[in-house]
Amino acid sequence: MAAVPTHLRDLVDEVHDAVSCGESVAINGRSTRTILDHEHSGRVADRVVSAPSGVFEFQPDEMTVRCGAGTTLGELDAVLAAHSQYVNLPGTGTVGGALARGWTSVDRLGRGPVRDVPLESLLVDHRGRLIRLGGPTVKNVTGFDLLRVTVGALGTLGFFGELTLRTRPRAIDSRWFTLDDVDIRRLTEIHTGLYRPSSVLWDGRRVWIHLEGHPADIDDTVARLGLDTTDEPSTPPHRWSMSPAAALQFELSPGDMVEVGVGLVHRREPAPPRPTPLLDVHRRLDEEFDPDRRLNPQIRRFGDGA
Amino acid sequence: MTHSAALVERLRRDIGSERVRTDTVETTLYAHDASPMSGSTSVVCFPESTDQVRAVVLACRDHSRPFVVRGAGTGLAGGATPLDGAVVISVIRMNRVLSVDPINRRAWVEPGVLNLDLSRHVARADREFGLHFAPDPSSQQSCTIGGNVGNNSGGPHCLAEGVTTSHVLGLEVVLTDGSVVEVGGDEPETVGLDLRGALVGSEGMFGVVTKVCVRLTQNPPHVETLLFDYVDVADGAATVSAVIAAGMVPAALEMMDRLCIRAVEEYVHAGLPTDAGAVLLIEVTGSRHQVAHDTERIIEIARAHRCRTVRRAESEEERALLWKGRKTAFGAVARIKPNYYLHDTVVPRRRLPEVLDKIYRIVEEHDLLVLNVFHAGDGNLHPLIVFDRREPGVMERVLAAGQLIVEASVAAGGVLSGEHGIGLEKRDYMPLMFDEDDLEAQMALRRAFDPLGLANPDKVLPSPSGCGDGASIGEGMWV
Repeated sequence: MAAVPTHLRDLVDEVHDAVSCGESVAINGRSTRTILDHEHSGRVADRVVSAPSGVFEFQPDEMTVRCGAGTTLGELDAVLAAHSQYVNLPGTGTVGGALARGWTSVDRLGRGPVRDVPLESLLVDHRGRLIRLGGPTVKNVTGFDLLRVTVGALGTLGFFGELTLRTRPRAIDSRWFTLDDVDIRRLTEIHTGLYRPSSVLWDGRRVWIHLEGHPADIDDTVARLGLDTTDEPSTPPHRWSMSPAAALQFELSPGDMVEVGVGLVHRREPAPPRPTPLLDVHRRLDEEFDPDRRLNPQIRRFGDGA
Repeated sequence: MTHSAALVERLRRDIGSERVRTDTVETTLYAHDASPMSGSTSVVCFPESTDQVRAVVLACRDHSRPFVVRGAGTGLAGGATPLDGAVVISVIRMNRVLSVDPINRRAWVEPGVLNLDLSRHVARADREFGLHFAPDPSSQQSCTIGGNVGNNSGGPHCLAEGVTTSHVLGLEVVLTDGSVVEVGGDEPETVGLDLRGALVGSEGMFGVVTKVCVRLTQNPPHVETLLFDYVDVADGAATVSAVIAAGMVPAALEMMDRLCIRAVEEYVHAGLPTDAGAVLLIEVTGSRHQVAHDTERIIEIARAHRCRTVRRAESEEERALLWKGRKTAFGAVARIKPNYYLHDTVVPRRRLPEVLDKIYRIVEEHDLLVLNVFHAGDGNLHPLIVFDRREPGVMERVLAAGQLIVEASVAAGGVLSGEHGIGLEKRDYMPLMFDEDDLEAQMALRRAFDPLGLANPDKVLPSPSGCGDGASIGEGMWV
């Protein structure tokens, strides 16, 4: 194992110590992320650890930032904002939490998924060793992309310690708009007629559109479509994933909201659990990366099925 | 009946003898890809459906024979080179665009569809939607979507749009146990881990991809193509960093150095300034006001970095000519020397000037010539060492210089490959970036997909027991 950076020493030592004693260990950030009912295993960890916090290196001309996984998104945003950049991670908790959960904001249509954000990670594994995944540059195909697999793994493959993230320039202007009485035909016209909106949300009757870019371009679009300015809408907490075509045909209840062109329906009710595909591969990954289930034991393994 | 003969007989029975080739011409042709490495195979299969791919995989499994999947064979790192007599599975006949959803901007395609053919198909069939497939490797006229998935390919326009993994939503895959599975797919949040992400860039070592769900990208309504020239390559590189630091990510940001400019200009007559030390080709795309705004700022930045002249493409023809110069650079080098060795590393953008300087010194010390034509916007270097293989001892110097270039890139905080992959070529360089524990984690990922180790073994990850079995770097180089 390579030398452990000072800021990661406590995390590595604590996980190593715990697993050496046969204990299980959970990692906790700010507890802002939703864990679904069926994702709970019913077990409790013997110890709880946290990841280091802090922005260690920000290179505006590389559009990369290196930080501890325990860094809050607010702290990170404050550093990046000074150079008009941001990272495409949603919510208010920590960087590690956003990546472990892996859910993308309602701006996925324009900004892409969370899984495209991390470039490199130092991951603490089930033996308390530090594993390097990915690379520090914005482009890299060196080796297998294990880093992407850890995004959304809820800490079951290892704990994020340090991360290098891709940053992006902030748009000059960013505004939300709305339009009423929009049926599917009109919605399709709007969706296909817009050039790269950040988000298009629809509740079956009303559409919300997030436009980012040059103010004059936004003004042109607003004038062309007759849009009204509004605030960013709040979406119901639960996420139903389906094809974007199916999402438009989905029988919406009051308050439901479709991410148009993406395929998420935001609803008040949780989506029913679905069987895990490639169960054998998931089971082997569980065996390879945490055979004794020492990491985040409170989380049900994907290899256990639905 | 020998073991091989029994395997061939079964393959002929299961997928039809017309799809199984064992003659010397074809087995020799398929013993290598576009890299300088060559291996060996005794049988090449041309399945035309997922069922036939499955039949080949099951036959290989039952005969404990490794297999190598291959698209058009344009890979430059030896990823599709068969080792130890592995069965070659060519997916080139699986070349149908299965469905296109232009409204939601996605398509299902077979892996043998050529990269450029997909964009042409979409442009023809769904013209009013103005869509294309964004990854655009220089080989896009001949490389396949399956190959792009295997290598997580890039291209000039991946600076803003991202490489292949950002454009692949789902895959149908035949695993080595013969199961046909779908990972990811036409929905944003599938259950379980992102196995799609693991498969993209796995260089055929996790299974055989038989269908791909790709994301299609809107054509930009406005495009500006700019050419800047500099006396000093360092000023061009500094312009790149300054543009990015100013908060702009152009669609493409490409650089050519002096020797490359001269070779290209002789080849395509694009009006490139042959007395320049470097040129930057920049493309700005998007909405009207944003493009105008960014273009003006980029020109200001370039002038502040001693850009001599600013050329704006005034027509589609001029734009195409400038891009032709960039995309045919590799063909142009034949005018200098008959053979070349193309490298692919990435360095942090701000380290471009010093690493370029180091590359020039390394090449000079080895009495060779180098042209640089590369994706400057993401620091993706492509040093092109040109030589004449008939010259005694030249291969040793080419390989030695190449190794030093790779080491210099990693030492500068870079990585081994930006888009060509690791394959055989850089497999043994992996310890430059990863220690034993890191590599073991990557091996564990492979074992989870392919516990039998039959899919394209002995690539990507260094393995003391299987190092280089059957592979050789030939005396001749491809051009």
